[in-house]
Amino acid sequence: MDAKNWKLITNPLNSENPITVQVLGICSALAVTVQVKPALIMALSVTVVTGFSNLIIAFIRNTIPPRIRIIIQLVVIAALVIIVDQLLKAYVYDVSKKLSVFVGLIITNCIIMGRLEAFAMSHKPLESLLDGIGNGFGYGLILIIVSVFRELFGSGSILGYQIIPEVLYQAGYKDNGMMILPPMALITLGIIIWIQRSKNRKLIEK
Amino acid sequence: MNVKSNTYTYIYSSIVVIIVATLLALAATALKPAQDRNIEIEKKLNILASLRINANKNNVQQLYEKYITDRYIINSKGIKQQGADPFYINLREELKKPVDKRLLPVFEAKKNDSSFIIIPVYGKGLWGPIWGYVSLLREKDTKSNIHYRKIYGVIFDHKGETPGLGAEINQEFFQLPFRGKVIFDEKGIFTPVKVVKGGANPASLTEVDGISGGTITSKGVQAMLDTCLVSYQHFFKTTK
Repeated sequence: MDAKNWKLITNPLNSENPITVQVLGICSALAVTVQVKPALIMALSVTVVTGFSNLIIAFIRNTIPPRIRIIIQLVVIAALVIIVDQLLKAYVYDVSKKLSVFVGLIITNCIIMGRLEAFAMSHKPLESLLDGIGNGFGYGLILIIVSVFRELFGSGSILGYQIIPEVLYQAGYKDNGMMILPPMALITLGIIIWIQRSKNRKLIEK
Repeated sequence: MNVKSNTYTYIYSSIVVIIVATLLALAATALKPAQDRNIEIEKKLNILASLRINANKNNVQQLYEKYITDRYIINSKGIKQQGADPFYINLREELKKPVDKRLLPVFEAKKNDSSFIIIPVYGKGLWGPIWGYVSLLREKDTKSNIHYRKIYGVIFDHKGETPGLGAEINQEFFQLPFRGKVIFDEKGIFTPVKVVKGGANPASLTEVDGISGGTITSKGVQAMLDTCLVSYQHFFKTTK
């Protein structure tokens, strides 16, 4: 893969991150980050949907009537999400049960439509596919960081395995109930944005 | 072709709709058998789990046939009814009917020479439906003269309760305390299990701990057990 295409995947992980820099997809980043496992599966499903919807839209981008382009984009996204949901239900039923409503909510994830409008409508299919996958990864990375913090301090575990030792609980340590609630996701996200911008000063808006 | 023209827009959107509708219909039809099988397997796993049997996808069919000895439908007076398969009864629809019109599924089981009755339960949590199965152990109570009085095991699940809070009703720590609780007191009066906030009395035979932060879901479980078990109370009282 040449350097330009490689950048399409790596840029969204840091300097063009969909959550911390483009500020898209905040709502689901708050909703699914209480535990690491749903966050991981959500990240994977979003990556599949951004990748394929970018690819499909890039293929048909020149035929789409401009006045109904948003509707066409939405139809493609919704169809993909429903197919993913049906496949999960048929072949990995237990995973599909864990995700429950979140799968359907991928349709409303602003990152997907944001990338279709900003990238896939004006680029070739291969580049669009890579851009979609990169943005899915960038989204997933933040989701995983936030969920690790929230599950560790909110429930004392990661991926369901107890991390904080029982001794600490006996000594009076308590899980922070606030971490389980959405406000702490927003605060954690704020701290991540703060750290990222203090390291990468180009991102600071004037 | 002018992509901005009205005609083009109409034709384009019609074609897109037809293609997408066909794709979705195909996907739904092709995957339906696999999805139905998953639902059936899950139902059987849940029924077995309420009997404290840990089955998996591969042995569920065999274990189900081994332990579940009978299944039938009753009405609220405890009289057997005909006409539907208890396995496929939609409890949600039945609960909307008046009590005396409900078709109530009953599963009978035998394990280690003990007899059990298993019934499904269905109710509302905070965000959506919650459901489960309750198994009762046959054990004659000399005071009230009721045979099916003691809860042997429960299993609960939910559609979309808050992860880490209400969603915990499908965890063992919440379900274990239900074991051994009784649903009739000594005088034979129906006493559904109470899900208590802030510490249940450990000696109590009718109280279990709720989930902190999951109050509405916990209350939902209590209401579910109340409404579902109450329709069966005649049946439990009279069955020997």
